[in-house]
Amino acid sequence: MLYYVAYKTILIKEILRFSRIWIQTILPPVITTILYFIIFGQLIGSQLSPIDGYNYIEYITPGLILMHIISNSYANVVSSFYSTKFHHNIEEMLISPTPNAIILLGYLSGGILRGLAVALAVSSVSLLFSPLSAQHPTTIIIVAILTASLFSMGGFINAIFAKSFDDISIIPTFVLTPLTYLGGIFYSISMLPEIWQTLSLGNPILYMINLFRYGFLGISDIPTNIALFIILGFNVLLFTISLQLLNKGIGIKS
Amino acid sequence: MTALRIEHLQKTYKSGFIALHDLNLSIPEGDFFALLGANGAGKSTIIGIICSLINKTAGKIHIFNHDLDTATIQAKQFIGLVPQEFNFNIFEPIMEVLINQAGYYGILRKYAIPRAKHLLKQLELYEKRNHSAIQLSGGMKRRLMIARALMHNPKLLILDEPTAGVDVEIRQSMWKYLRTINTQGTTIILTTHYLEEAEQLCRNIAIICHGKILLHTSMQELLTQVEDEPLVLELSSPLSVKPIIPGYYISLIDPITLEIQMQNNTPLNTLFQSLSTQHIYVKNIRAKQNRLETFFLNLINDK
Repeated sequence: MLYYVAYKTILIKEILRFSRIWIQTILPPVITTILYFIIFGQLIGSQLSPIDGYNYIEYITPGLILMHIISNSYANVVSSFYSTKFHHNIEEMLISPTPNAIILLGYLSGGILRGLAVALAVSSVSLLFSPLSAQHPTTIIIVAILTASLFSMGGFINAIFAKSFDDISIIPTFVLTPLTYLGGIFYSISMLPEIWQTLSLGNPILYMINLFRYGFLGISDIPTNIALFIILGFNVLLFTISLQLLNKGIGIKS
Repeated sequence: MTALRIEHLQKTYKSGFIALHDLNLSIPEGDFFALLGANGAGKSTIIGIICSLINKTAGKIHIFNHDLDTATIQAKQFIGLVPQEFNFNIFEPIMEVLINQAGYYGILRKYAIPRAKHLLKQLELYEKRNHSAIQLSGGMKRRLMIARALMHNPKLLILDEPTAGVDVEIRQSMWKYLRTINTQGTTIILTTHYLEEAEQLCRNIAIICHGKILLHTSMQELLTQVEDEPLVLELSSPLSVKPIIPGYYISLIDPITLEIQMQNNTPLNTLFQSLSTQHIYVKNIRAKQNRLETFFLNLINDK
């Protein structure tokens, strides 16, 4: 009962947090997606030849949706957990008998749900510009959840180590954004010179985008089982690291 | 039963600062216990370790015979903390602050709501239940922290300077409330800089200095150890020279104020008789300093 009620408490708190400020959390991705569709999809995309049999706007849609899942799940947990730490509300949970794993799961679930809420909003908007087929719906759902979970944990780790509000924007700006843009949202890696194709394989986001695209369009630059294995592996790794950090009290206890 | 048992507790911070040296302390169930010490003495470190907010270097803590390391969940169920600094989400309505707190202890919302309402009424915050914490005054925020700490009905309540910055009226009402819950069975540990508060409320006391317990005794026993008690007398008419009364050390602070140093077991009758024979009449009398404060300062300074 303790675990269930504590988990539900954290989760509801997180959902209320991002839904109360929907103008800051849900609306901006919708607006940027519209701009992407207008500029890259219609104005520039209409001049480009199809990729793997799909016109450009259809090709980039899954990547755009996943990009927002990545940035929003990350942003949700990093900002929520850091402000909890900054204002010392974290003490409410640390004093209580709520186990650290439940605290972690509560925050991750909040990040996943924000990622999925944004994905739903962005997908709805994309229908105005391009038909959205779902060749493998289960893959889409699994990749969306695993990616949101992975980046929620990334946000969590960032928040653990952050010492100021500046620190929570460094990783998204200097690491996440470049990796996302270079992860094959706007292009197929087969279009790159061989050296860049090899280097791109070191980018974990490439696997997520390709598997997600496979769910929608049935095409991928990467073998899908390898992509799934890598996403799962990163999830296990980051969950273990996050829990260890929380158990040791790094960044939150003296 | 022992509410709190601390054995060989040590804490060394990363900077190398040793905050606690092999500290042992035992507090019986139902006690109202004062933990006193100067700033940096180690009080907050002890509380932080008991409440799992600070990692200890070594030692054992038992809460109602549950080891905090091995029976963590059971031990934590007993503890309620009113911290020194406000640490709730200031943007949340105060009902939500309380209901969420209950949730962390596994209390369902349907039970948490009536409990929160009851506590808010007891602590005179019910009218503000839908306000966010940021809209509360300092005294109200202090009371909200007490309500929050009591949401899961803890058997051990730790108050870290609960009345700091609170006006006299609210402080008195908080004392009354704390006495009530102590009589109902809650063990209370209080740290405070208002030594009068400790004297008024607590039955037992420990004084900590540089991470070591200097003294652990009952309040009654402690007060018998207080030797000197300076008194200030306000006179009806001015004096030009200080009176001399054998057995008393008297100083004339100004023409109508005398300060008298006396042993705490000396009867005041002799003093007043001697003053009357010299035609010196007293309009008002007060203690120069809280007697516990004097004792505390002497003890700390000796160390």
